[in-house]
Amino acid sequence: MEELIRDNREKNEFLVHRSVFTDKEMLARERAEIFNKCWLFIGHETEVPEKGDYKRKKVGGRNLLLVHSQDGEIRALYNTCPHRGALVARENEGNSRVFRCFYHAWSFKNDGQLNGMPGKDGFPDDFNCDGEKDMKAVNRLESYRGFIFVNFDDQAISLDDYLGDAKEYIDLAADQSETGLEVLGGVQEYSVRANWKLLAENSVDLYHGMPTHKTYFDIKQAQDPGLKRVKLEGRGKDLGNGHAVMEYVAPWGRPVAQWTPIWSEDLKQDMEKMKEKLVERFGEERADRIANYNRNIIIFPNLVINDIMAITARTFYPSSPGYMEVSGYSLAPIGEDEEHRMARNNNFLEFLGPGGFATPDDNEALELCQEAYNNNEEVQWNDISKGMVRGEENAMATDELQMRSFWRQYKVRIEESMKKEVAQP
Amino acid sequence: MTVVALTRQNVVDFLYKEAKLLDEWKLKEWAALFTDDGTYKVPPIGKPEASPTESLFYVHDNRSRLQERAERLLKKEAHVEYPHSTTLRNYHNILVSGVESDVITVECNFTTHRTKREVLDTFVGKHKYEIVQQNGELAIKSKKVILNLDSLRPHGKISLIL
Ligand code: FES
Ligand SMILES: [Fe+2]
Repeated sequence: MEELIRDNREKNEFLVHRSVFTDKEMLARERAEIFNKCWLFIGHETEVPEKGDYKRKKVGGRNLLLVHSQDGEIRALYNTCPHRGALVARENEGNSRVFRCFYHAWSFKNDGQLNGMPGKDGFPDDFNCDGEKDMKAVNRLESYRGFIFVNFDDQAISLDDYLGDAKEYIDLAADQSETGLEVLGGVQEYSVRANWKLLAENSVDLYHGMPTHKTYFDIKQAQDPGLKRVKLEGRGKDLGNGHAVMEYVAPWGRPVAQWTPIWSEDLKQDMEKMKEKLVERFGEERADRIANYNRNIIIFPNLVINDIMAITARTFYPSSPGYMEVSGYSLAPIGEDEEHRMARNNNFLEFLGPGGFATPDDNEALELCQEAYNNNEEVQWNDISKGMVRGEENAMATDELQMRSFWRQYKVRIEESMKKEVAQP
Repeated sequence: MTVVALTRQNVVDFLYKEAKLLDEWKLKEWAALFTDDGTYKVPPIGKPEASPTESLFYVHDNRSRLQERAERLLKKEAHVEYPHSTTLRNYHNILVSGVESDVITVECNFTTHRTKREVLDTFVGKHKYEIVQQNGELAIKSKKVILNLDSLRPHGKISLIL
């Protein structure tokens, strides 16, 4: 087997072969071993709060329909007609008790059950007695604190076991609200002309923070004359199963609850109160983590939850080695005060998203990597060794342990595939 | 303060001037077209009337944020636009209403092409402006950009000022 990842702990060297970003066969293997077997984020419970609510979702290359069925259950239906295949739901979202395929007008209840079709006399009496003609649902759908995941592998371990130590970090975000988090309207659907794993890396990479986002930190310094030096300090941590986190302090405001000078005095007082409330609920130490520390979490393979100047979740999927589709969400406490919400959203947009002052520069960095992988024939390896010399248990947030955690899991899964001649599930 | 009688053509010329400033990367001059309380917004795709507290916009700039946006894009460290992309903006179907009132409202279609590293992206949609007279000149009180796209694919970003 050709070696793709060199993890040399003696030499403190970690290398990734650049073909993993450009090779079509590798993408086929990733689909078979990773996207068909791992838990993939599909959305948040608050996107379909009422019975009948549905939203179309692309997950793991599939066209799915996240639906809150009449029986109260949330399902992920494959959005394809059991008759001859047409896409059934064509609106991106809505509320409906039935879905009707327009092609030959078969109709389905919102739990997927076939409800009726024209020309019934042309079919046997026991047609669909086995449910084969119902819209099929993804067999495995589980959720954690409102975050819903699907898995296309019926034999997969439970979501709870899969998330493992990452749950603690999802909790730290979710615990910011006593009423729970909700997804804001307007999920940002964008793309990057780069390999999907570059975004997984970038999202837990604090090392690039200063050089790539200097213009953002310049603005922060101008807004806060008291800010002498931008400090990005903290720890990196492997959470197992390919998940990882960096937890650190940063000079931006946090809506819950670290005030920043562009916000009003009223907000300052509110935030002090919020902090006190957190101390009551969780004690001093945990309250301090929730309010004053930032966390970028990667949930293997393709979910990032960033609890930073706002809370964003992003998920991404490759349609080719050099192109990924990204969905970016914003999450905020249900029932958040208007002024707080506005401060949060302005904070979000200053840094994050396709129109922010930082995310487009990340996009550019990723695209430049991808473009320069044209040189792969002669220049073959990426270096992801930063911090190994300190020992992995001492990793700083600006080290590359988070990325190594991702790659170590990737290696395990891809090596499984390499034993097979071609990619196969 | 003198208020000059305006014609539709004055307003149209003003918009063309705005587009030209942006295409020439004269972004500080662009920002200077705005009133002190001027705003620049890009609401979510498909939800032009969304509320900025309930929905995630792409851009929701007040006057100081749009100034920061313009100045940031001129820096060498605004990597996504360094070297600057080449752009071309066309405004069409310009509808001007209330030329005689204090606040003139304008709606137009736009096509903005951007090319960089031999990749051409095209943004299409509608601009909605509120325009006022200030010290004998026209000024933008608000600019809202309604994208008529399905998503930001394959563009991936709105690094430009639209
Ligand atoms: S394909 Fe849907 S009814 Fe025929
Ligand atoms: Fe970044």
